[in-house]
This record gives sequence, structure tokens and C-alpha cells, in this order.
Amino acid sequence: MSKIDPEELAEEVIEHHALGHPDGHDKSVGTSPRRKEDARLVTGSTNWTDNIVLPGMLQMAVLRSPMAHARITSIDVSAAKEQPGVIAAFTGAELADHWAGGLPCAWPVTSEMVSPVHLPIAVDTVRHAGEAVAVVVARDRYEVADALEFIDVEYEQLPAVVDLEQALRDEVLVHEDKGTNRTFDWPFAAGDIDAAFTAGEVHVKSRYFQQRLIPSAIEPRAVVVAPIAAADEYTLYSSTQIPHILRLMLALTCGVPEQKLRVVAPDVGGGFGSKLNVYAEEAIALVVAKQIGRPIKWTESRSEAFQATIHGRGQIQDIEIAATRDGKVTGLKVDLIADMGAYLQLVTPGVPILGAFMYPSIYKFDAYQFNCTGVFTTLTPTDAYRGAGRPEATYAIERIMDDLAAELGMDPLELRRRNWIAHEEFPFETIAGLTYDTGNYEAATAKAVELFDYEGLRREQAERRERGDSLQLGIGVSTFTEMCGLAPSRVLGSLSYGAGGWEAASIRMLPSGKVEVVTGTTPHGQGHETSWSQIASDALGVPYDDIEVLHGDTAVAPKGMDTYGSRSLVVGGIAVTKAAERVVEKARRVAAHMLEASEGDIEFDRGTFSVKGSPEASKTIQEISLAVFAAHDLPEGLEPTIDADSVFDPENFSFPHGTHLCAMEIDTETGRSRIHRYVCVDDIGNVINPQIVEGQVHGGLAQGIAQALYEEAVYDPEGNLTTGTWVDYMIPSAADLVDFITDRTETASTTNSLGVKGVGEAGTIASTPAVINAVIDALKPYGVTDIRMPASPERVWHTIQEAKAGNGQGHSTPYPHTQSAQAAPEASA
Amino acid sequence: MIPPLFDYVRPSSVDEAVAALAEHGDEAKVLAGGHSLLPLMKLRLAAPAVLVDLGRLPELRGVRDDGDVLAIGAMTTHDTVVADPLVNAHVPALSHVTAMVGDQQVRNRGTIGGAIAHGDAAGDLPALMLALQAEMVCQGPSGTRTVPAREFFLDYLDTAVGDDEVLTEVRVPKLGEGWGYHYEKFQRVAQAWAIVGSVALVRRSNGAIAEARVGLTNMGTVPYRATATERALSGAPADPTTLKTASEAADQGTNPPSDLNAQADYRRHLARVLTRRALESAARL
Amino acid sequence: MSRISVKVNGTTYDDEVEPRLLFVHYLRDRLGFTGTSVGCDTSNCGACNILLDGVSVKSCTMLAVQADGSEVTTIQGLAGVRAGDGPPGGGDGVAEWHPLQKAFSAEHGLQCGYCTGGMIMSAVDLLARNPDPTGDEIRHGLEGNLCRCTGYQNIVRAVRTAAAELRGDTAAEPTTEVQA
Repeated sequence: MSKIDPEELAEEVIEHHALGHPDGHDKSVGTSPRRKEDARLVTGSTNWTDNIVLPGMLQMAVLRSPMAHARITSIDVSAAKEQPGVIAAFTGAELADHWAGGLPCAWPVTSEMVSPVHLPIAVDTVRHAGEAVAVVVARDRYEVADALEFIDVEYEQLPAVVDLEQALRDEVLVHEDKGTNRTFDWPFAAGDIDAAFTAGEVHVKSRYFQQRLIPSAIEPRAVVVAPIAAADEYTLYSSTQIPHILRLMLALTCGVPEQKLRVVAPDVGGGFGSKLNVYAEEAIALVVAKQIGRPIKWTESRSEAFQATIHGRGQIQDIEIAATRDGKVTGLKVDLIADMGAYLQLVTPGVPILGAFMYPSIYKFDAYQFNCTGVFTTLTPTDAYRGAGRPEATYAIERIMDDLAAELGMDPLELRRRNWIAHEEFPFETIAGLTYDTGNYEAATAKAVELFDYEGLRREQAERRERGDSLQLGIGVSTFTEMCGLAPSRVLGSLSYGAGGWEAASIRMLPSGKVEVVTGTTPHGQGHETSWSQIASDALGVPYDDIEVLHGDTAVAPKGMDTYGSRSLVVGGIAVTKAAERVVEKARRVAAHMLEASEGDIEFDRGTFSVKGSPEASKTIQEISLAVFAAHDLPEGLEPTIDADSVFDPENFSFPHGTHLCAMEIDTETGRSRIHRYVCVDDIGNVINPQIVEGQVHGGLAQGIAQALYEEAVYDPEGNLTTGTWVDYMIPSAADLVDFITDRTETASTTNSLGVKGVGEAGTIASTPAVINAVIDALKPYGVTDIRMPASPERVWHTIQEAKAGNGQGHSTPYPHTQSAQAAPEASA
Repeated sequence: MIPPLFDYVRPSSVDEAVAALAEHGDEAKVLAGGHSLLPLMKLRLAAPAVLVDLGRLPELRGVRDDGDVLAIGAMTTHDTVVADPLVNAHVPALSHVTAMVGDQQVRNRGTIGGAIAHGDAAGDLPALMLALQAEMVCQGPSGTRTVPAREFFLDYLDTAVGDDEVLTEVRVPKLGEGWGYHYEKFQRVAQAWAIVGSVALVRRSNGAIAEARVGLTNMGTVPYRATATERALSGAPADPTTLKTASEAADQGTNPPSDLNAQADYRRHLARVLTRRALESAARL
Repeated sequence: MSRISVKVNGTTYDDEVEPRLLFVHYLRDRLGFTGTSVGCDTSNCGACNILLDGVSVKSCTMLAVQADGSEVTTIQGLAGVRAGDGPPGGGDGVAEWHPLQKAFSAEHGLQCGYCTGGMIMSAVDLLARNPDPTGDEIRHGLEGNLCRCTGYQNIVRAVRTAAAELRGDTAAEPTTEVQA
């Protein structure tokens, strides 16, 4: 068409949309339509950052410190500059003036927190193996890899700081100018802890170790910067979970005016928190692109990622619980040492603090004492990794509950029943000061017990013990809740977090009747294009296929707080809902005008406005969109648009919960364990897309189980990462996991209009203690009371041997699990 | 991720390959399936100046019936070996173990010769070659020689193949009547190398064990035969107690490493347990 | 430099390459087949998997020179609908996808999608060898592919669903020939 004919278009629009929901279902929410993301992903029509090719683009590579702690006594990039295809090379000193400050930490948890400057490229001191010391730019990947070898760096090695308790002794300082390795102390107390520990005469005390994990999203990080140097304008593409936060932070860090920086998260291949950061390479690429005036690409190799991308977990947990003889918990003490790593990344110090509120979990008791000490080490910085503080908390409380049950001679499920918040008691304010809105631990547990055949498995366990089978069964319980849907902004403020927790959505009603939903969330596998389409489809009465969800680009979706902390549905989804409601209200005004009725007489059902009592007098929302576009006859005072925005700040966190039951079979001859059965019944409130929910649970379980059985980042005493690749750091393949039996109860949240709770991290949070509790339960006949994670076959076997010799604690190796440096295999060339 | 530069030679005959290796000496490496060499080069742990690609030598591929022996071309892929009718008929243990090497993609490219010549005691095939009493045929500038498996594996990543030689053929004696076999490969995850592996071949005769051969993976810098166990089983009754007692000696003479995945004492324990289990299956108890 | 001639997704390409050029980089950077991805540098993840002369191969563990004379199918060559084509007949083009592509979507066997191209190519090989695999056989058969998002359960479902269609459906033949 050479010009738009509104009447013709209107005919087309009317024909295309019948009354009623065109899909034939009443609602889209609650169903699992084909995901909109899938078409490009299953056909390889993907848009990963490393796919991006721009005219004149150059490849950047980073030279990294091979040592954990050293002074750079000299560095010379001149030979590298002479190499074929090399355009430029820079040392940290040469770029130092380009950073306005260091890389940001957005969460100063206390006012006295030690905040070292974190330069994107080290200048005189390196503090972890893998820290950037120089950067080279060449024509392609191959030339730039070769050029790195021509950079001459001399190091004066310093002692590494690897052990957390040793780090606290301040014998070797990670940041000399700060005078201490102790980053912060963050205490919290509620109730009278001494009285509680008197009233509860049974005390169980344990020390648990949260090993360092390597998040291992399958897509390595990559950055592309496209500069228009003459205009000081930049587009930065990054495999990031946080384009909005990144834009602000990079603008501040690199001295680029915020409005001249566009940040795009194209397709992002998984994040799990490891892409929730402002990374050195993003800042370096931006500054280098500015200098050179040509597009720059940087792509991480996997072994590089192991050192340069943040690690998860890393805590020593000292836990003590008090209870009465008949199993009533009276109080809990938690003392953490949290490994920060060498520097504070975006939310590093806040991760263990976020967990502080979850140690009391689903239980009622009157006194809680918590302290977390953060400490620097000469290791890769830690930061958020799926669950971020809450898996650590759930592990500790669910482990100590099982330890307590064993001490009391009580069934672990029964102990939980005696202490959890009863269904009728919601909303309930916990001793940690959180108000859980709704929950039903009884229903989830009853369902789980039935699916699991708890009684049957206990019988089988008893029979195998009686026979002395070499294959023993163990049953582990994990009843969890978690706080997600980050977060009410005022709460984040009270915790000294630098940003808010709101989320934004805009809905644009296009003249042809299609819809654009612009969201501030940034999905990387969670299916927001699908779920937000479902929400908008129901709210607007528009077909699912007529909706396009736009995200991840600050030029397209300018406002948002991005995706992490299981927040997107609970905060972002509500913003979409509210925006849709506003659209409907505006449209209602227009409908009333067009139908010559009062607004109060207009009914809205599945996309159609009609006059009460005269259903034939109706207008579809698509007709209204077109009419508003033409604007020929609108109600007085209405601007020619029914588009609407919402920025939603949640009132509370959301508190999904669940009961996970794990049966492990241990081959006591070899120590190998195998999941015999895994059942979980999770309550995540109302469900938008059942398939997506189940997928999130599966994925979460895989990661939580892997922490229990397979994964551990191992450092030697010199701070070298000996588990440097997926050869040695074992993430599971399909052959290493089983089919999970998953089910749900649905207790709607009362803190948001959709009644939803987050689900992204729940599986990970719950599963680790379920597995370890099961392993220990299997080994109870030997006197085993604890085991270090991961419960590798060798650890299990050693634990059995040590228990037979009288030591059931299984702490045969210190934290972190240090090995003497292993020589790399010498290849016969 | 990026291999260092090298010169590339693609010979069209074994003689040409040998000549190229002779010319470049220890600067040159053979490229077979590439699934041992290329990973090392991508991490820049190996940087040969010259790669001699055997990929275009069809004479090095295939399984031949050679009387008492199967003659297997060194460039035969693992996948081909697994499915080969001659292998399955005469040395099914080879198919059984090869099916556990790596994953399907590795087996589609990796070769029997490449895996054996790489000389990694943590790989599955070297211990099996010892147990099968295979012979490796090496061709060099001065001709062809045959090296029995027991003389082939010298040290970690070090075999009898000279710098100027090409491993052309693996000759595996056919196992006749009465042989059972089983490989116990103990891994933490499916993709991992064996922490320890034990492959047992047992020939039964009239309810007794006529002969037992046990090959051990990752119990040292070279593969081992569990000779003490084998001696104890020769002529012994095929019952669980006998097998268990004999298996207690499986780790004798080995030198297991302590590394990220296991300490030496655990490896020794595993060697005993896995040997017993492999024997029980192989003896069809 | 070495000359190579490789047929990729139905078209023959003649090129001069450095011997050290990894085949995955040839596919991605030289030919533009960015549907095949790099996830690691130790041959563990399988994101780079393709079919080479009918069998699945980790394209990162091959040199481009080794692919000379071979026929290759990547995820982008698997179905009737090629990247960049509009959907025929006004629909969403799904009917033209390979049964594995359809099943992965229908069973939610992908979340972020980064491992998916390689996972599907491995599954093509698996089903060619074993047209009616059990769940355990699928898990074992896919041990060379790592996924961090799905926990694998839906991937196993997807492969079984596709297997059923491939066994029973004579109308929609896969557009690529796979050797057993």
C-alpha cells in the first residue's frame, strides 16, 4: 500500500479478530504455548554477542596474571605491537586515567566496609590468578592470541591468601593500603538468644563448608563495542543479565555520558548470576574502542572464564541450634566467614547478607543471632550465583535440622512438622523480620511424602541395613522457603544496596491491532517473551501471537532493573499487568465515547468492550487502537494514545516454598552415590506457564545436586585454580542425572495481583541439603554425622573408613580444598 | 583456544608420512583423529612445528582377518571398531571397551592407533591392549617392526613409537572359545577419565579358570597387568571367594598417582574392588 | 595456507585456510554459520556439534583442513526452513522443521538455547543409530553435550518424542541424510 487507508485497515483488523479468545482457550495464563524464543534458537538463527560482526571490527584479548598475588615489576607491550595484524596494545598504567573510579560495588553492606579500588587492568599489583594485566587488539582471534605471547611481564611473587581463617589473621594482606583482609562484619540479632539457649537444653553445633562454585553458563562472556568516535557515542553489546545497570555503571566508570551509551544484551546463553556484574572486560572494551575508534570484540575462552568470571558460594558456616527435648527449636546462632575473593564485584558483599534472613527458614522460634565476616583472599572474586546467599542458608538450616533430628532420635520430617509455620498462621512475621504472606508446608509435604513413598523407602532402607547390603539407601529431607522477587526498594535501601528493586513495563497498542510489550527485565533463557505475552494476552484480550515482547536494549526498553534474584515475574510481570490494566482503562474511555455510553456501563471481556445489556453494541480493543491512531473523534481531554506504562515497586518479597525428598543409594564399597529417587513439591503461587516453571525447577535441581555431588573449585596453596576446565570441574551431563518427580501446590501470593512467586532459584536452593542429608542418612549405621561437599566417591569412602575408626565428622580435608600444585601434563612434542 | 602456528603436511602414502617425520624429527607430530593432540594444542600445552596428517591414508583404515589375528588399521575410528563384525565375532572385548571411550563424537573421529600411540595410562585402550596381548606395527625409514603391548607403553604419554615412525596397525589375537570379558570403568561423571579401570578377560574350562588376564587403567604412568591376581586365578575354581581373594592382590606392582580425583590409597582400593567385579562378570558368576 | 573444499548445508565452498584454523571457526567466522557455537576449549560441551559425512563431530576438535572433501550439516541446514527465509504459507514455518527441532520446542527442551544446536545434532546421530532409545540410552548417548539450563529431563522427552515421529511418520522426512 502506498498510503494507509484506515478504513481498509479497519476491515482487515475486524476480520482478523473474532470476538472471544481466538486461541479457543479461555485464558493463556496457565497454559504452555510454544515459546516465542524457540524459533530462532532451534534453527540456529541466534544472535549471541560473539556472532556480531561489524565493519572494521577488531578482536581484543586480555593478558592475565598467572599468579595469585604479585607485584608487576615491569611490563612491556612493544614486542606485541610488532606482531602481524596487531593494531594496539595497552598496559594498565596506560589506561589508568580512563577510569573515573574502579569497577563498582553497588552494595556497601556496612558504612565501615573496606572498599578497595578495583581497576579493570592491574597497574602495579595483581591479586588473583586471571587478573588482567594488559590488553591487545588485532585483526582476528588468531593473531591476537599469538600477540599475547609477546607481552613481557615480570612479576615479584607475593604469598597467596587462600585459606579464610588464615586470611582473617592478617598475616598477608590482600590490599596493603587497607591494612586488613577483614572486609566487614554484619551482625543481626533478634530475641534473647541466651534465654533461648537455656530454654532449649539440647544444643547441636556444626561447621559446614560452602565450597566455591564456577557458574558455568554454557555461553562464554563476550563484548562488542561499536563506537561513533566523532560523536562520542557508543553501542555496547554484552552477554549480560543487566544492560540497564551496566549502562549507568559503565557511563560512570568510563566517563561516557549516559545518554551517549547504548547497551544491548542480545541473545544471552545463560547467566545464573555470573552475568550480573560490571566486568573489567566491558569497561576495557569501551575505553579501547574509544581510543581506537573502531569496533572491538572480546570473547572469553572457557578456561579464561574459570578465572575471570565470578565464582559462587565460598563460606565457612558455624551453626548452632537449641531445642527442647521434645523437639521444639528455641534459638539459632549463625556465624559466617564469607570469601569475597580479591575484589568486591557488583554485589559481592551482599550475597551472604541476603542469606541472613533465610536461616530461620520455615520455622518458628524466638531468638536468632547472625554474624557474617567478609574476608579478602587472592582468588577470583565471588558474587551472585543461583540463589545468592539463600542456598547457603537453606543448606545450613536443613542440615542442622537433620543433625538435630538425629540427636533427638526423631524422624527428620516430624521435627520439621513440630517447628514449621502452620498454614493458618500466615501471614507470619519471622524472627528475621520478614513477613511471609502465604504458604502451606503441610500440603506440599503431604504430597511429596506420598509421591516419594516415604514409608516404603524407609522400610526398604531398614531391610537393606538389616541384611548389611553393600548398596545402602539414605533419605534426605529439605523443606525450604526463600525470599525472592528482588525487591521492595525501601528494603534494599535499608540494607545499603545502591539501587532500587522496581521494574518497568510499557505497552504500545499498534494501529493494526498488534501489541508491543516493552519490559525492563532481561531474560537469558527464562522465556519472558512467552510469559509476558501470555499475561498481556489475557489482560488485553489480544491473541498471544499478536504480541511482541521487547527487551534487553536500552534504546528500545530504556527503563528497567533487569533479571536476577527470581524477580522478573514477581516484579516485572506485575508491571506488565498494571500497564495492561491502564491500557484497558484508557480504551474503556474511548469505547464509552464510541458507543455513546457512560464508562460505568462498559463491560470488558476478552478484548471486547460492550454496553451492559446490549452486547451487540461493542468495539474490540483493536478497533479502538486504530481509532485512536486516526484520532478523528476522541473523548475530550484524551491524548491520541491508549499506550500505558507502569513502574512497579513491590511491597514485599515473595516466598515460594517446597518439600524436597531425596533417596540416595550409596555403593559402600566404592563410595559412589546415585540418586535413587528425587521428589519435590514446590509452591510458587499461581502459575503463568507450567512448562516453563517445571523447566526452571529441573534446571535448578541439576545445579543444586551438582554442588552436592560433583562441583568444587579447587585451589592450590599458591592460589592457582587446579580445576581449570570442565575436564576437572565436573558439571553433569544427562548421563549423570535422573528424571525428577516434580509437582506443585498452588498457594497464591497475597502481595501481588497475579498471586505469583518466583521459581528461578528454588530448585537449587532446596536440593543441595536434600542430597547431602540423604548421603549422611545412608551412612548412619557407620556412625557418619557429616560429610564435606561435594560428596565424591572418594570422600564418601574415606568418611566411611574414618567413621569406622571413630571419627564420624568426615572433615578429612581443610577448606578450601587445597592440593599441592600439580604439574601440567608435559606433552611430548 | 587458539592453536599455535604449525606447518601442515598431508601425505598420500605411509612412506611419505614416514619421510616427513624423519625429516622433522621431534618437531613433528602425527595427526590421527586429533582428539588427544588438538585439545593439547588448543590450550597451548603442545606446540609441534609440523603436523603430519594421516587422514588421507585409506590403507590405514579397516579391520582385516589375518588368521589368528585381527589386523586393525591404526586410523580406524573407535566407532568403526565398535560396530565391526570381525571385532564383534573374534574380540568382542575390544568392541565392549571401545564403546566406553569418550563420547559418541569422540568415537566418531578418534582412532584406535591415535589413542594407543598417545600413551595415556588413564585412557581405556592401553590396559586392554596389554590384556589382549596385542602387537603394534610401526613403520619407519628402516622398515617395519612389531612391538608387543608389554613393551609398548614406556611412560606417561611415552610409547615405543619412534619420532620417525608411524603406528600403522594394531594386531589383536582372536579370543577363541570360553572367554568372557568385562570392563569396570569407574568415573565420577560420564565425561571424565576413569579414576581407575579394570578390564578382565577370563577363560573358563570345566568350572575352573583356565586363564585370567586383568588390565588396569590409571594405576600409574603406564597401564598394568594385575599379574599377582592372574597368577592366583590360573587353574583356580571359578567361585566368588577365590575371585575376591585373588582381587586383593590386584594393585600389587602398580604405582597409582595421587591427584585431583583420587589419592593413591583410594585408587588401590578401587583397583581391588573393580577387579573383583570385572572378574565376576567375565567369569559369568 | 591450504586449499579446502567443503560442502556445508548443501553448498560447496572452496577456500584457502591456515592449517591451524579450527573447523568451528571456519564455519562461524568464514562462512557465517553462527548457529554453531563455541562453549569451551576442552572438547567437553558439544555446543559446536555438527554432522560430518553423516556422523556427529565436535567441530572445535577438528581443523578445517581435516574437513576437506567432506559433507557437513549444521543446525542451520537441518530443516526445510533455512535461517533468513520467511515462513512459507503465512504460518510460522514450524511444520518445516526437523522433528527434533519441533520436539525440542514442544517439550521445552531448551531455555537459553546456547547448547541446543549441538544437542540437536548429537540427537540426530543418536536416533540414526538407535531409532527407539530408552531414556537411559538417550542420556548416555548425549553425554558429550552439556546443558546448564534444563537439567536434561525435557531434552530426553524431546528426543523420545522426535524418535516416535521419525519412526512413524513417512510424510515428513528429515531434509538431511544421516548414515547409520
